[in-house]
Amino acid sequence: MSKVTVRIPTPLRSFVGGADEVAVEAETVSGLLVVLAERHRGLTDRVCDAQGKVRPFVNLYIGSKNIKSLSGLETALSDGDVLSIVPAVAGG
Amino acid sequence: MAEKDRRLDELRTRIVEIEPRDAYALQAGGAFVIDVREADEIAQGSPPGALRLGRGFLELRIEDAVPDKNATLLVTCAGGVRALFAAESLQQLGYIDVRSVKGGFNKWKNQGLPIELPRTLDAKQRERYARHLLMPEVGEKGQLALLSAKVLLVGAGGLGSPVALYLAAAGVGTIGLIDFDVVDRSNLQRQIVHTDDRVGTPKVESARKTLLALNPEVNVIGHETRLDSTNVEAIFDGYDIVVDGSDNFATRYLVNDACVKLRIPNVHGSIFRFEGQVSVFHPTYAKRRGPCYRCVYPEPPPADLAPSCAEAGVLGVLPGVVGLMEAVETVKLILGIGDPLVGRLIHYDALPARFTELTLDPDPDCKYCAEGAVFPGFVDYEVFCSAPKV
Repeated sequence: MSKVTVRIPTPLRSFVGGADEVAVEAETVSGLLVVLAERHRGLTDRVCDAQGKVRPFVNLYIGSKNIKSLSGLETALSDGDVLSIVPAVAGG
Repeated sequence: MAEKDRRLDELRTRIVEIEPRDAYALQAGGAFVIDVREADEIAQGSPPGALRLGRGFLELRIEDAVPDKNATLLVTCAGGVRALFAAESLQQLGYIDVRSVKGGFNKWKNQGLPIELPRTLDAKQRERYARHLLMPEVGEKGQLALLSAKVLLVGAGGLGSPVALYLAAAGVGTIGLIDFDVVDRSNLQRQIVHTDDRVGTPKVESARKTLLALNPEVNVIGHETRLDSTNVEAIFDGYDIVVDGSDNFATRYLVNDACVKLRIPNVHGSIFRFEGQVSVFHPTYAKRRGPCYRCVYPEPPPADLAPSCAEAGVLGVLPGVVGLMEAVETVKLILGIGDPLVGRLIHYDALPARFTELTLDPDPDCKYCAEGAVFPGFVDYEVFCSAPKV
């Protein structure tokens, strides 16, 4: 298991008690999303659709890299990785 | 004999003088013509392609203009006298091959050589943009580029306000503003282009007044309308850059799709409560293939998954930070300097005071900007939360 920091965007902070980061241990991105779903009811549903695919208005980055440019949801995590959940926001 | 004339005689023994027609021929072969006359003289005409470095700043600017000390420099003034002094000064800076054009620009004209009437800044503009003119990365050429640039701001709200103010101050010559709304008192916590006495008046009108008060020479074009699939292309056409400061997803996708279709760079800023995103969506950027907004976010969220209207507050200062990053990117694109945020997104979170740079990749299968994609048409998505009223 790798120890990873997950950055929570403002629109989803209500699911994690207002925190901007949570610490998670997981092997892969999909494993991490399962842990988040168990621990923070509703959070993963905002990130992924019913088929488990990342929604088209959300991106997941490990460091500065989009997981789409790595191995997608099967991307392996390493100790110290920072995974950012970045949804589109529209305010102006 | 005046001391000045003795000095000139002495300079003529050390500095090669060259006929204008020979200078013109050498210029075609790669030599530099340096016109050291003052701005008001140059405004009356100058050799085409000459580097116009007024005598006063010549020594300070020549090394940026011509880094190669072995280059041939052909110095010209009006009659051939100031050029001799200037040529000596250039020799002292280490230029090996410096010659003075005999008879200067007067003789140049008399020999029937081509001249060009350069666009120049007038005295008032020189004063207003003095701090730009001092920087070689901007200079007169850059300032003239800013003055002829046409930038369209989508939204005269939180993001549009700081963008509009700073672009007007910087001398962006044409600023278009799209907004259908009127100024509401609740806007004034962040929309700093408007004022309390304009509550109830159209935002486009209010913004125009502020911008003209700041810089009367800016041409402000108001588009007091709601952007939709039927008008977006006609409004965008002819602008060099679009700055997206809209407040809803429906407009953001129209902005993207029109920019892709018309090959206009889309300077993107978006905010929510304490965080913001800035990028430049520019698939046809010359130096690298960038993504469009849809490569990153192919579809907008449905209303039930977007942040609810009740949550849609925003820290009043935040659009200032994000909007000014959009303004900086816009000015960089106009000047062609630095590295724009093409293929990169800056995410700013105000609470921990953290900037994060993320890499944005083009989607090779993007329906809008992929190689060979046939434009699928504009989409009018459902507008929600466009004007949150609490």
